[in-house]
Amino acid sequence: MNFQPVMNFQPVLLWSDLLLWLLTFVAIGLGVYSAHVEHLQRAWARLSRNAVATGTASILCVFLLIGLLDSLHYRPRLESNPAAGAAVRTAHYAVEVRSLLDALLSSLREHHEKTYSAPLAIRLYVMETEETQTGATRDYPRLRHGGAHLADESGHLRDIFSSILQGIALAALLFFLLKMALARYRVPAGGVPANGSGFAWRGVLYALGAFLFLALPIAFLAADYHVFGTDKVGQDVLYQALKSIRTALAIGLVTTLVMLPLAIFLGIVAGYFRGWADDLIQYVYTVLNSIPGVLLIAAAVLMMQVFIDKHSGWFSTAAERADLRLVALCFILGVTSWTGLARLLRGETLKLRELDYIQAARAFGVSSGRIITRHLLPNLMHLVIIALAMDFSALVLTEAVLSYIGIGVDPAMMSFGSMINNARMELSREPAVWWSLATAFTFMLVLVLCANLFADALRNALSSMDDAAFEHEADMSGDP
Amino acid sequence: MLAYLLRRLLYAIPILIGVNLLTFTLFFMVNTPDDMARMQLGVKHVTAEAIEKWKTERGYDLPLFWNADAAGTEKLTRTIFTQKSARMFIGDFGRAENGRDIAREISARMGPSLAIAAPTFALTLFVAVCLALLLAFFRATALDFWGVAICVLLMSISSLFYIIGGQYLFAKVWRLVPISGFGEGLDNWRFLVLPVLIGVVSGVGASTRWYRTFFLEEVNKDYVRTARAKGLPETLVFFRHILRNALIPILTGVVALIPLLFMGSLLTESFFGIPGLGSYTIDAINAQDFPVVRSMVFIGSALYILGLILTDISYTLVDPRIQFGGQK
Repeated sequence: MNFQPVMNFQPVLLWSDLLLWLLTFVAIGLGVYSAHVEHLQRAWARLSRNAVATGTASILCVFLLIGLLDSLHYRPRLESNPAAGAAVRTAHYAVEVRSLLDALLSSLREHHEKTYSAPLAIRLYVMETEETQTGATRDYPRLRHGGAHLADESGHLRDIFSSILQGIALAALLFFLLKMALARYRVPAGGVPANGSGFAWRGVLYALGAFLFLALPIAFLAADYHVFGTDKVGQDVLYQALKSIRTALAIGLVTTLVMLPLAIFLGIVAGYFRGWADDLIQYVYTVLNSIPGVLLIAAAVLMMQVFIDKHSGWFSTAAERADLRLVALCFILGVTSWTGLARLLRGETLKLRELDYIQAARAFGVSSGRIITRHLLPNLMHLVIIALAMDFSALVLTEAVLSYIGIGVDPAMMSFGSMINNARMELSREPAVWWSLATAFTFMLVLVLCANLFADALRNALSSMDDAAFEHEADMSGDP
Repeated sequence: MLAYLLRRLLYAIPILIGVNLLTFTLFFMVNTPDDMARMQLGVKHVTAEAIEKWKTERGYDLPLFWNADAAGTEKLTRTIFTQKSARMFIGDFGRAENGRDIAREISARMGPSLAIAAPTFALTLFVAVCLALLLAFFRATALDFWGVAICVLLMSISSLFYIIGGQYLFAKVWRLVPISGFGEGLDNWRFLVLPVLIGVVSGVGASTRWYRTFFLEEVNKDYVRTARAKGLPETLVFFRHILRNALIPILTGVVALIPLLFMGSLLTESFFGIPGLGSYTIDAINAQDFPVVRSMVFIGSALYILGLILTDISYTLVDPRIQFGGQK
């Protein structure tokens, strides 16, 4: 091995990577901060005693981990031709941008088949003509990678079962270890928790246990088979689904980054200062609200497409273009969806500003800015947190619909919506190809269901502080 | 009451002007008509003449707001804003990219949209109120818990799944109904039954859970306690007292949605080939037919504002305590 002055890869920082990581750190920071805010502490304690909340939170963490692994991008170095010695100094990097997740799943990514193959199949889903010495025969040819290690096809079922058993055995072992590790936190039946916190480790244990028992057999199978089949161009469906997680998370999380400042700032300003500021802000959000959501998004996305087409020279790689489109979509979704939260915060601010402690602060001559940041914002935090949690699942579902309509993410970017869109005609084939759709819907269901259950638990824990606030959402009468 | 309504109607005008200006900004100022021409003509290197021809054919060759070359009032009227955007207020939506009159197309497509949306809406409301009443009646039991759990599950499933799965199962595998299409006359019900059913199933989870909270809110109020103290059986308390009072927020809440039924459902209509406004919108988005998208945005917001006004009226009709005399 000779000394190489350049790295084997060139890190690439995409905009959405930056925003996702930023959001993760902000969320951790906010979590640490709010653990010290007294009136939120009780809510967190209540939340942490809820096994559904801790369980769904651990599953969501697994999704987040996959998404973050998929948010570390690099461009691999191209193998330089040894004959061209001069080329060693100037390294060339591939145009294709890969992520850490791609590197971990390289076997899934590279194992392309010719076209459709069913889950766990060893033969192609369509017949092909094979030329032999005796003439042409029509048959289902063997897959290039799926079950290629089997010399004899009769071992197919046995091989699958042994892989599943291996996975289950390992999962059982890990589950047992996890259970032992968590045993000291166990709450004795009817007794006081040993360490006094009452954190529902039970939820974490069962959620991670379910995950292990599902994921490990799949992982063992995925080494030799296409567990969820392959799509029309022969790409592994499991790989597509795993890659789609990041897109869903980006849509659900980055959007809030755009929405939050708008909603918090405008909502509080409208409620606190009233007068012409209130009138103006109310006017703006009534206008935005009155346009049906999908149409406003469609109009904005169509215009963005024209804009990106016009400036196609800005992007050096296709991934960068797709990524900017994702960020722009988040931006559009954020700008069109801040109105609900802003209206809620405005109503709550109107109520709070008349309370004695705010009046007292004003009488002492505390500046408006300080009253807002020190006295109003902490008391509005729970509304913001609940709204974010409830928006997340709605946004994930919206992405699929938008991509289906053709105004979602870039077609080159993998997402649940584009998986569904690409497979839309497959059920009408004869025989039907169902696995792409089923996989996309299942992954989406697990993600959205966990997010919904967690948001519910969060709302219960937080909103007992203030039940009335969320009734405003039902009030669709507009503002007189 | 009349003065109040008039005030609300006047308030709607600045909002519609705002919507109009916003769509105008999006469609003509973020990207100039030249960009749109290049996009529509679809080639990288279109000649300047082709762009000019495209713009002249569609009337996009005028200035945006102020035509300095024209005389008199034409300085204002011979502009893109007046010709393309402001004329929507008098119901002139111009022509689509394929040359058809948009206003006529819209009025022809409202019927099929309504044929799907109205039964879906009414059935969902009815089923969800019944189920919510059931869950509230058996509150804090296993039935309530699992009912809410199923509602959350139904909510978490993508609407695309209901449509794709339902179409596959009922139309392709079991061949109970035609896969897609729309007919005239009485025989039409065969085309409608599946889209309506799917619409109800995909909407009922969220609605039931939402209405259940309204019922639960009423359950512990004083008048309910009085009714129980009088010795009324629980069923009578529920159907005579709680149901009526909880229906107020439910009905006034859904009134806002009624005008939007005319817009149809984007996904259902495009999957089932129903020639309504939803599929019209989707086709326009896919074909990047900007005049149609612009018109639909305008109509959608006009209907939304109509919904707000209807909500206000329904408040006064349903709840005699609320009066919009003017001191509100």
